[in-house]
Amino acid sequence: MTITKTQEGAKLTVAIEGELNTNTAPELEKEFETCLDGITSLVIDAQKLDYISSAGLRALFGAAEVMQENGDMCVINANDEVRNIFEVTGFVDIIDVK
Amino acid sequence: MKSLEIPAEKARLTEVLDFVLDYAGRLGFEKKELFQLKVCTEEIFVNVASYAYAPDTGLITVTADGTEDPLSVTLSFIDSGTPFDPLSKPDPEKNRPFSQAKKGGLGIFITKRMMDEVRYAYQDGRNILTIKKTIPPTENAHE
Repeated sequence: MTITKTQEGAKLTVAIEGELNTNTAPELEKEFETCLDGITSLVIDAQKLDYISSAGLRALFGAAEVMQENGDMCVINANDEVRNIFEVTGFVDIIDVK
Repeated sequence: MKSLEIPAEKARLTEVLDFVLDYAGRLGFEKKELFQLKVCTEEIFVNVASYAYAPDTGLITVTADGTEDPLSVTLSFIDSGTPFDPLSKPDPEKNRPFSQAKKGGLGIFITKRMMDEVRYAYQDGRNILTIKKTIPPTENAHE
């Protein structure tokens, strides 16, 4: 998994590439612990995200919990399979998936 | 039928996924279902790796069996750890708060939603969780 961050003012885009699974999710969680300070808009770019499991969803829920206090968060460009996971888990009901 | 016996440790996840995806791919499953089988295999394997033998470690046996017509695969995950029926847990609530959503139970919920059958049995001191994915013949013919 590769994480690429692009910040423009208080807007942060986090592009996740590869697989977000049990073994890679802790790295993303760690990233979120430090990179959300002062951010009011978080965009998760899932264009190159090939795979996600519940461990990955939990990492995103963690970011959403922080952003609930600070601003807004959305997920963009998810492929069909990843979007399917978002749908069956009800992720789409609590996080903005565009 | 094929089987793989391996230490139930998260570090061995890739080997289990390779085993399952290789078997299902040879049967003829395509991208969408392979993704679903991969997610469900990860969820079940990681649950066993995390809880079945804690704080010790132990083995898991994964068996794969299937047919090409109709296209179907059955996977069983067998461990000798603490008896635990993952299907006994209630499904996560809809529109739950994030603090709730981060908790466990999501993996087995995904599995129940994505597979056609999910069964649990405790036999001869072993937890046996079996999942099955089938492509209906008509749907298969259209692909």
